[in-house]
Amino acid sequence: MEQVVQQIVGGLATGAIYACIALAIVMIYQAIDHLNFAQGEMAMFSTYIAWQLMQWGMPYWGAFFLTIAISFVLGYAIERAVFKPVHNAPVLSHIVIFIALFVIINSMAGFIWEFTIKPFPTPFGTKPVLGGGILSAHGAGMIAVTGIMLVLLYLFFRFTRIGLAMRAASANPDSARLVGIRVGFMNALGWGMAAAIGAVAGIMIAPVVFLEPNMMVTILLYGFAGAVVGGLTSPGGAVFGGFAVGVIENLASLIPHFGAEMKLTIALALIILVLTLKPNGLFGRKIVSRV
Amino acid sequence: MSTPLLSAKNLRAFYGPTQILYDLDFDMHAGGITTLLGANGAGKTTTLRALSGMVKTAGEIRFDGKLISNKDTADIVRLGVAHVPEGRGTFVRQTVEENLQLGGITQPAGQIAADMDLVFTYFPRLKERFRQQAGTLSGGEQQMLAIGRALMLRPKVMLLDEPSFGLAPLIVQEMFGILRRLNEKEKVSMFLVEQNASLALELADHAYLLETGRVVMSGPAKELSQDENIRRAYLGY
Repeated sequence: MEQVVQQIVGGLATGAIYACIALAIVMIYQAIDHLNFAQGEMAMFSTYIAWQLMQWGMPYWGAFFLTIAISFVLGYAIERAVFKPVHNAPVLSHIVIFIALFVIINSMAGFIWEFTIKPFPTPFGTKPVLGGGILSAHGAGMIAVTGIMLVLLYLFFRFTRIGLAMRAASANPDSARLVGIRVGFMNALGWGMAAAIGAVAGIMIAPVVFLEPNMMVTILLYGFAGAVVGGLTSPGGAVFGGFAVGVIENLASLIPHFGAEMKLTIALALIILVLTLKPNGLFGRKIVSRV
Repeated sequence: MSTPLLSAKNLRAFYGPTQILYDLDFDMHAGGITTLLGANGAGKTTTLRALSGMVKTAGEIRFDGKLISNKDTADIVRLGVAHVPEGRGTFVRQTVEENLQLGGITQPAGQIAADMDLVFTYFPRLKERFRQQAGTLSGGEQQMLAIGRALMLRPKVMLLDEPSFGLAPLIVQEMFGILRRLNEKEKVSMFLVEQNASLALELADHAYLLETGRVVMSGPAKELSQDENIRRAYLGY
């Protein structure tokens, strides 16, 4: 029993990271209707920026917030420079660009910072905070930081005018234009925010998986699983999906003999299962076009 | 005569390689209601979409003296052009309140509350439905919401695309009464596209008749409503 509790709590910690990635994926999906394969690499690159800033002597939280700001600008710039021109291009063009971004960002990080694995600091320490080592201090910190970020995002989208404008632009771009919203600008803001969210996820998970150019590849897969489980049209669903995948993955490792090795398989099986039974995800909405 | 509020010269519009509008010329003056009549597929909706920059056009469109042809839709809207689109363009997942807020999203935050109260004086039903998701409203209520949302922009001109579409006759009467009051009291000029020609000619002061993308007749609404051909083809008596 104690083992189960431990796995659930631990699953919430990694689930928080999946939730961030899933949310970032959904935000970009809402803006341009495509899955951003390069989301994980963008987060990885941001994490390297944070590492570099700390190497140059910046304190942890200074580097943390500056990295978020830089990531926002980079995400915004990628949309304006790369995706705005191909706005009306067919799906395949988008996919090719995503793959290209994936490879470019990955090799750029390797070129600048080398492919060797680097340790990444945690501001929370590694001592267990709950009895019996159920949760490490860093795990608790991960849950707290992402929790705060998710609440702030919710408040932003729910209560600010620009948040409302961004929701309108993604829900109904034509009508949004007709009330004077600059939809392209809102899409770019969405990219910026997705990149910033990814940066938080990268920085938080780096002490666990260590810093290297491929650190986000499997995490991105879990993030996809979370987004698909929750529904690609539902930001709240994506967050729930991320946490759910984290917990399920950890519980799976309790299965004797093969559990621990099959964690990733189980995440992928979950994507297929949900897509088969509920193609729009648990909280997604069916797109009905009325005539 | 003063310069027109909204005018088009040699306006042509295209969907891909297909030309929809052929050299339209029209003027509308501030304070007036102009209607564009025509059968299905004549190009009425396309004309409105051309005016608010939603289709590719050639030729000249001027609003308030400024050239607006092929400008960005959001920029045209910000000049005071409120387009109430075909199918109403409701943000269905947002509440009535949020829809109205979106209507005024380009306006200073300080005036939103007062402007919403103004909308409620014309559409008290929207106040009752304030917190409801807009997709759950009836067709008539959604049309009210679309016009209310347009009003939040404090527009100089409203482009109305078939405001009677799909509504019960009684509601249509009510809606057109409200449009007249908005025109008289709030000084909103209107450019009205309507299939219901007799209603439109009753409300408008000026009318244009569109056939397969060309203006074939124009003049004061009264004159057109007495024209033999129009009566037979569009009014049905």
